[in-house]
Amino acid sequence: MSSEWPLWEVFIRGQHGLNHRHVGSLHAPDAEMAIKNARDVYTRRNEGVSIWVVKSVDIAASSPSDKGPLFEPSNSKVYRHPTFFSIPDEVGHM
Amino acid sequence: MYAQLVKSEGKKSAEEMSPEERAFQDRVDRGEKIEPKEWMPEGYRKTLIRQIGQHAHSEIVGQLPEGNWITRAPTLERKAILLAKVQDEAGHGLYLYCAAETLGISRDQLLDKLHDGSMKYSSIFNYPTLTWADIGAVGWLVDGAAIMNQVPLQKTSFGPYSRAMIRICKEESFHQRQGYDIMMKMAQGTPEQKAMAQDALNRFWSPALMMFGPSDKESVHSAQSMAWKIKIDTNDELRQKFVDQTVPQAEYLGLSIPDPNLKWNEEKKGYDFSEPDWTEFFEVIAGNGPCNRERLGARVKAWEDGAWFRDALVAHAEKDAARRAAARVAAE
Repeated sequence: MSSEWPLWEVFIRGQHGLNHRHVGSLHAPDAEMAIKNARDVYTRRNEGVSIWVVKSVDIAASSPSDKGPLFEPSNSKVYRHPTFFSIPDEVGHM
Repeated sequence: MYAQLVKSEGKKSAEEMSPEERAFQDRVDRGEKIEPKEWMPEGYRKTLIRQIGQHAHSEIVGQLPEGNWITRAPTLERKAILLAKVQDEAGHGLYLYCAAETLGISRDQLLDKLHDGSMKYSSIFNYPTLTWADIGAVGWLVDGAAIMNQVPLQKTSFGPYSRAMIRICKEESFHQRQGYDIMMKMAQGTPEQKAMAQDALNRFWSPALMMFGPSDKESVHSAQSMAWKIKIDTNDELRQKFVDQTVPQAEYLGLSIPDPNLKWNEEKKGYDFSEPDWTEFFEVIAGNGPCNRERLGARVKAWEDGAWFRDALVAHAEKDAARRAAARVAAE
């Protein structure tokens, strides 16, 4: 039979109350084994306090060709950044 | 090095490139990272699969000569350290297989190619580890040579490969230091122990120099790979750097480099040294090194003997998923 184990994406929360962050991927037959393998492969040197695993096929991703339509509109909207507005020094910290 | 003699294509001039190829080359030149789903020349994809695959295979096969000594390490501490190192190598193989997989080939396909001999692994792992001092020499010289190659590859243009290299480099310096630590202990030990350390250096020096591959100054494959930033330095540059770095380390140990032509060259601010025996190198690559059959045999046996286990875990996962689905239906 020999079917290939599915691919999982691994997310680890570091020590400091950060978000889970993508660290890599691995193969495992199911979620339980994926977490065990992720522990062995990605946290051998105290890299984390929590692990998420997600089957790679379940991740939906934006397409590289959509980069323009998706992200360019925000380029012109500089007023979304606080530095767009100049506040007189006399007003103090804002 | 960990990837030797990787075939690429002849380098294209700007006029020969299609508009897409030119835009791609511009991105690489600007130092942008290329991600898996983005457009890339077919040659770039194929060369990377060969290179990353060969690198991954080297990590996995590289576990064998060291695994040989886990049960015979001289102390419990040395044994625990060696276990951790060999476990790291498995992890490095995994990072690299995953990076290769983003290019549209599966890990099992890559392993098939290793097992049927159509993909290679580094020539260095076809040499035997005869004594405990060899474990020191492997860490010091083989991992040292690997670091030489891997540090610049952190800047490679392909995102997943670059990220794998960054992780690997973080872990790799532990490997070299543990090897040097073994060599120090032996070199400062009894005369017999020091002789073992010298013997290990004698046997591993030349194979370590071969890890960088033959001179590729004039190679068109290399020129293309360098333009694509999947190769950063020439083989000769890396070999020179390795020799310059290693000679003082050997001097500290009180061991001598087995090369009568080794001499400091003030003009080039580096050592002159003898070329390794390239006939031997090509023999080893062709499958005729001292341990080729044993190494590949061990990999194939592990893969075949483990098939029932991999299948059993899949069967268990499928049954479990079906059970959960049935329980959900029953609850509704």
